[in-house]
Amino acid sequence: MIEIENVRKSFGALEVLKGINLTVAKGEVLTVIGGSGSGKSTLLTCINGLEPIDAGRITVDGTEVHAKTTDLNTLRCKLGIVFQQWNAFPHLTVLENVMLAPRKVLRQSRAEAEAMAVKQLTHVGLGDKLKVYPSRLSGGQQQRMAIARALAMSPDYMLFDEVTSALDPQLVGEVLDTLRLLASEGMTMICVTHEMKFAREVSDRVAFFHKGVMAEIASPEDLFEAPKDPELQKFLSATH
Amino acid sequence: MFETALTFNDLLFLAKGAGMTLAVTGVSVAAGTVLGILFGVVRTQFGPIWSMPLTFFLDIFRSVPLLIQLVLFNSFQAIAKFGWGPFTTSCVVLSLYTAAYCTEIVRGGIESVPTITRRAGRSLGLSWAQDMRYIVAPLATRVSLPAWIGLTLGVMKDSALVLWLGLTELLKASQILVTRLQEPLFILMVCGAIYFLISFPIARLGGYLEKRWSPND
Repeated sequence: MIEIENVRKSFGALEVLKGINLTVAKGEVLTVIGGSGSGKSTLLTCINGLEPIDAGRITVDGTEVHAKTTDLNTLRCKLGIVFQQWNAFPHLTVLENVMLAPRKVLRQSRAEAEAMAVKQLTHVGLGDKLKVYPSRLSGGQQQRMAIARALAMSPDYMLFDEVTSALDPQLVGEVLDTLRLLASEGMTMICVTHEMKFAREVSDRVAFFHKGVMAEIASPEDLFEAPKDPELQKFLSATH
Repeated sequence: MFETALTFNDLLFLAKGAGMTLAVTGVSVAAGTVLGILFGVVRTQFGPIWSMPLTFFLDIFRSVPLLIQLVLFNSFQAIAKFGWGPFTTSCVVLSLYTAAYCTEIVRGGIESVPTITRRAGRSLGLSWAQDMRYIVAPLATRVSLPAWIGLTLGVMKDSALVLWLGLTELLKASQILVTRLQEPLFILMVCGAIYFLISFPIARLGGYLEKRWSPND
């Protein structure tokens, strides 16, 4: 379970998270929508400790992320994250990209790591691209590789930070299909996204962020059909 | 017109000079690169403000002419009674000179790695050191290599200045022969050819490595 309590975060004078409270249960798929600068991506990087927070508390399965005593490298093993772009390690083949962390962090043997990597890459439909360098992959394939790479660490949670935003429109579908697959397998996911249709389909709950505040959170039916927050109404009419 | 008094022994003398050039360059580039990597990592890790003293110190080595550095440092080590010979003194000065340039090359290389790529590494549980070792180092090396090769070739030629401390490297060896044989043009041509013979493989090595590392670009 991920518990976010009254989290505040500023970059200089700009407060990007103004007291966020949110709990994500095991097995839940939460999507986060909102305009750019609403703080939704920052929240993800705070959850796995890539960004420090100024106030509040984030706990993952009872471990406080920003406590001094927390071993972030261990914690991050169970929190996979995929970013908008620049995910790939360009000097490693697809297979090596996926094997790196299991080998170095989990200290798996080569055979063990390779078996897992092949399994995850096949799972996301890249079983025939093992020996290829990322630059030979399309943007969509690179994103799927990044997903497989995160999955190879056997995480309990997956965080997706606008993983389709930098893609050509015709490549968005294959990545969303991979996310749908994960959701159907019961992975706990937080997806920051601009794909409203996707959010509506896969989410257990949808959260709307506006200017650093979580303005509304509800089931997709309620949030899309009967939005209460005036900013959300504006946002939805602009995106539909 | 192609007659020359240059004998085989004179060529050996030049080769010994070239050996000294290579020794001074090899030691200085090796030490300077190690220091440069260290300083470059410090520069990126601590940010411009905290590394200001280091940057200032390195700027001195980048901006004062090498000849002045050599002469001043040699006098300094004599006054301070370090008891260093000209070879050690030359290598120390050239190493710091190399390190000053190398630091900037390394910093540029490290900064060329996208923050997100590094975050992707850290988010998989890699420690800072593992991220540096397995992701930043290979990517930064690729970016830095051409500049580093240029620096190495530059240091090799600049190392001629150590003759002022009394080391008989390639250029000094040629000067001695010029004085003795009175054939300046021919001997300088031979000397230049030797410099080229040393530089060419280094330049080619750079080209080869760049090519080898680029199938993934």
